[in-house]
Amino acid sequence: MRRITMADAINEALDLALSRDDKVILMGEDIADPTGGILKVTKGLSTKYGTDRVRATPIAEQAIIGAAIGSAMAGYKPVAEIMFVDFLPVCLDQVVNHAAKLRYMSGGLTTVPITIRAMVGNGENAAQHSQSLEAIFMSVPGMKIVVPSTSADARGLMLSCIDDEDPCLFLEPMACLFQRGEVDDDPQPIPLGTANVLREGNDVTFLSWGGALAATNEAADLLAADGISAEVVDLRCLVPLDRQTILRSVGKTRRAVVVHSATRFAGPGAEIAAFIHEELFGDLQAPVLRLGALDAPIPYSPSLLADFFPTGASIAAAVTKSVEAGAH
Amino acid sequence: MGAVLDESTAKRIYEKMVLIQTGEDRIIRGLGSGELAFGFYPTRGQEAIAATVGAVLDESDQIATTYRCFHDVIGKGVPMPAVLAEMVGKSTGTSKGKGGPMHLADPRRGLMLTTGIVGGGAPIAVGLALASVLDGAGRVVVATFGDGATSIGATHEAMNLAALWKLPIVFLCQNNGFGEHTPLHEYTPTARLSARAAGYDMPGVTVDGRSVPDLYGALSEAVGRARSGQGPSFVEARTERILGHYFGADQPYRSEEELAAAGAAEPVAPYRQWLLDEGFADEAWLSDADQKAVDLVEEAVAFAKDSPPTPPSEALTDVFATIGA
Repeated sequence: MRRITMADAINEALDLALSRDDKVILMGEDIADPTGGILKVTKGLSTKYGTDRVRATPIAEQAIIGAAIGSAMAGYKPVAEIMFVDFLPVCLDQVVNHAAKLRYMSGGLTTVPITIRAMVGNGENAAQHSQSLEAIFMSVPGMKIVVPSTSADARGLMLSCIDDEDPCLFLEPMACLFQRGEVDDDPQPIPLGTANVLREGNDVTFLSWGGALAATNEAADLLAADGISAEVVDLRCLVPLDRQTILRSVGKTRRAVVVHSATRFAGPGAEIAAFIHEELFGDLQAPVLRLGALDAPIPYSPSLLADFFPTGASIAAAVTKSVEAGAH
Repeated sequence: MGAVLDESTAKRIYEKMVLIQTGEDRIIRGLGSGELAFGFYPTRGQEAIAATVGAVLDESDQIATTYRCFHDVIGKGVPMPAVLAEMVGKSTGTSKGKGGPMHLADPRRGLMLTTGIVGGGAPIAVGLALASVLDGAGRVVVATFGDGATSIGATHEAMNLAALWKLPIVFLCQNNGFGEHTPLHEYTPTARLSARAAGYDMPGVTVDGRSVPDLYGALSEAVGRARSGQGPSFVEARTERILGHYFGADQPYRSEEELAAAGAAEPVAPYRQWLLDEGFADEAWLSDADQKAVDLVEEAVAFAKDSPPTPPSEALTDVFATIGA
């Protein structure tokens, strides 16, 4: 066992994939050495595998994703870096109208096994460099969406994304990227669509992922002190969604709270809450709660950010209120 | 200009041109009578371009085209029955009826995608060309698009990256003078679209898109450059748009005289005459080719109409390769 950052874990996965399969290629702005990526996630890889396979590109998101799609259609397994998820709207046409649909539009004759890497945030860099836009892509059939929260998950899920035949959006939470976590010395892929129960509990289920998990875990600790036992599920993948694990956990606790860094209105929590209500309506002790960012562009000032995203205290308070309301 | 047509190539190009023209005329008759019903973007006036592309490329070479695609698809060698079946949404279509007239694909014959998004195909064509370089396969990719696509950013990002990486790709602009319903001079100050190529340090040439010999020379040179590792080229093929933006669209922005002149400038009849004048074909061979085209098209229409519809169970297949979701 070693303790490494998520950034290094992703680097290990990319390194391993490049070494195992010469169809794996990387492209993106600044990814080649000596820069090695703006946050060094790809450091050393162009030196080791050459700039034919690890390609720095112009600041041209449409060309980056297009080049990834085209090479994937011709048999490659490209990993394209788009830096911040905020830049994906620049190339939304390539992602939404092409990567996600070419397989369907060709009746299965062409396929687009690309992985798109992009960072998601919790307000680190204001309105255009720290959003969490996963809901946009959840409503586009054909895209798989992965958000790891630990080093081990990042490495294992990245290996699965690269080998997956479908386009995968691999979102790297800035809040987690430089956290250290344990990894073993035998890197194995983690199947997409499998949630991870981080903590078992009986009274309420938290469904969360990525950068929102820190506050969620903090809330679970606060609630435990009040005698409320919370189960924490890290969904890890939003598409495919691990419906079985959700139903098993909420079926047990009969209370569910979705916590995410994306905005609350029409956020991922809306879909997850609707799914739970449809499946478990009669069993629930309270409506499913959705906790997310305020419905505004992400502000800059620390004073505005203080209550912008769910915190351990705000999550715990919402759960306590729900439990007390149910007790009447 | 460079390569010169030999007799057998010249004849193959004619066969494709007349097949495109006959097929499209038949589609338009069918749409007009109600026998057929689908959205259609006419290619009349562009037959020479697509037929010449088909002759210059090998079957393993690839194209990425756009929704005004009927000529390109037939030119690349996709069988007419599967094309028409796709257009009417049948299970025997190129995409099992799941793509429709704007989204034909036949990767075995090098038709990699048909996009409904103006300019959306060029960046993907760059990726196909990158794969060719990495494979060392020598495949050439043609990204073909209308003049309207020269105003959208994706095309420019694609040209810049292709030139930077010296990829084996030809950017083929089929300039019919209109971006949807807007004439070229109203949407760009650039009179000669091939001039855009200089900005990316790649050769750019403008040719008469109704002249097969001119097209053959220009496209052979561009494809030859690509295949020999010299990088991308831009070819602007100028032609006339004879029909409206889509089937049924009126053209209140063009005078009767303009429309008559555009119709008179169609390329198939003059090429037919050129083959006679050059001694490449006689009337008997040409009449036979014309009749074969009619027969092929009629068979294809019957095949499309008689084919079974795509079963409802197909609605949820091919969304993902593996799922789950």
